[in-house]
Amino acid sequence: MKIRIKGLEFSYNSIPALKDVTIDIYESEIVAIVGPNGSGKSTLLKCIDKILKPQKGAILINGKSVKDFSQIEIAKAIGYVPQGIKQFFPATVFEVVLMGRRPYLSWRCSRKDLEKVFAVLKLLNIENIVMRDFNELSGGQQQKVLIARALAQEPEVLLLDEPTANLDIKHQLEVMEMIRTIVKEKGITAIVAIHDLNLASRYADRIVMMRSGKVFAVEDPNNVLTPTNIEKVYGVKVRVIKLDRMMYVVPLDPLDSLD
Amino acid sequence: MDTTELLRVKREYERYVGRKLLFIIFTSTLIIVVAGISATLGSYPISVSEVYSIILKCLISHPESTKESIVWNLRMPRIILAIIAGAGLASSGAMTQGILRNPLATPYTLGISSAAGLGAAIAIILSKGIFVGKYVIVGNAFLFSLIPTFIILALARFKGSTPETMILAGIAMMYIFSAITTILMYFAEPEAVKSAYFWMVGDLGRALWEIIPTIFISLLICFTLLMWKTWDVNVMMIAGDEVAKSLGVNPERERIFVMLASAFLTASIISFTGTIGFICLVAPHICRMIIGGDYRYLLPASTLFGGALLLICDTIARTILAPVILPVGVVTNCLGGPMFLYLLMRRKKEYW
Repeated sequence: MKIRIKGLEFSYNSIPALKDVTIDIYESEIVAIVGPNGSGKSTLLKCIDKILKPQKGAILINGKSVKDFSQIEIAKAIGYVPQGIKQFFPATVFEVVLMGRRPYLSWRCSRKDLEKVFAVLKLLNIENIVMRDFNELSGGQQQKVLIARALAQEPEVLLLDEPTANLDIKHQLEVMEMIRTIVKEKGITAIVAIHDLNLASRYADRIVMMRSGKVFAVEDPNNVLTPTNIEKVYGVKVRVIKLDRMMYVVPLDPLDSLD
Repeated sequence: MDTTELLRVKREYERYVGRKLLFIIFTSTLIIVVAGISATLGSYPISVSEVYSIILKCLISHPESTKESIVWNLRMPRIILAIIAGAGLASSGAMTQGILRNPLATPYTLGISSAAGLGAAIAIILSKGIFVGKYVIVGNAFLFSLIPTFIILALARFKGSTPETMILAGIAMMYIFSAITTILMYFAEPEAVKSAYFWMVGDLGRALWEIIPTIFISLLICFTLLMWKTWDVNVMMIAGDEVAKSLGVNPERERIFVMLASAFLTASIISFTGTIGFICLVAPHICRMIIGGDYRYLLPASTLFGGALLLICDTIARTILAPVILPVGVVTNCLGGPMFLYLLMRRKKEYW
């Protein structure tokens, strides 16, 4: 599924969050959105999913404006994994993942829906925790359950808002590997807002770098994650090291102020 | 290994759903049994088997003997009203807690009870209802109880319907309506004050066959509408508004819809019975502790359980100090309170 974002503008009560954002996103690629806190990463994801309604500009999915999609149609095409794991209302893992079938249900959920839920749980290797309480799981398991819920929607695009925040390094890698496998096997597109530049460079096909609501750079990781770019956007002096054909951003010093 | 694991998980899930269905069947049976027992109790002794045969007989013909008349005309309307009122209050309470994501929320939190109280007080004290005749109090209470709902609706139109705004607006109206009621009572005759006060405690003594169809139809319609929305309320409750949107649910619209249906149901019940407290708060919580928060099962379970609970409370209210009949509102509070505290202490895990 091809997504074209054109001149997008969004503001929260007249405080601008996105300014003239224009990006093209292609089929079955992983696009990482990076940028400092408050640069508009989450807002952009929410606009794509029609959770927020942009004041100006357009988002076209396969050439058709998001405005012309009903919320249900969007839900069938796009799966959203929210940022952070808040304290949930107590529910079993199964119930949380079953929510993902909501766009397809009239009222009764059929055997087919249950089978789909079981299939997703199996795909993510979490079928052994099906009847556990969501709140009693570890952060890594919770993140996987939320991804499972989004996958139960059978989306063509997966939006993930900081899926690795608060995870240990093993779970960070596991979750990112999982996203890569899903993208490859199912041919879907993943748009991932992420803070960790090293994970972004390792897993993303392209990186969108944002600064105060504007797109600063869109290209493959090698060209975006340069010391000059990072210095300009984050105000941090860094060194970029290449090791075994992988790139690592090593932060050195924060600069006093931007520009 | 994979397939056996999956089979095990599926069986576990089926057992999980089975437990919920079992609870629903249990509460339905409980209602029938308690209704039978309740019909035997009172100053005129009648045995259980007699009661059931009288009920069966009166379903097709009119009551003839004194016994038949006592069971059919005096005890049955009260029993049926108790079941319907309890069921309606519990179901609207369960759904209101869900849409507002607040364990303390009930239709009463949205100002319905105090508005109904004011409507009744005006009718009783000033004897000037909008309807004339014997339904003055009922009609006035019903009309007034819809006022807060429409104010919240108007507020939602201009300021959005977040749960917090709705609850705060409801509480504000509760204070306003009780204050006006107090002013009215302050200047009224003692007799009128007494009867207005008793109206507010809630009582099933006004049960008559002729009011049953109205309340029953309102329960039937509202319950169906609420049942239709259980999926959306599940999503809003478990995932929150933003994720609900991403799953194709419009949280603002569903919140208003469910609020309207619950408010209408509550209003149509309490305008006949007065504000019976606690059932709408406590019945859903007890069911949640037993079968969990999935509304597809929780709503029917709470509805049946609410009916059973109010029937039990009313049976106690009729018999504990016989021949004095206590207002059922007192018994629901005295019985429901400790029962709820006990369950809160005994529960093994978080349920809210």
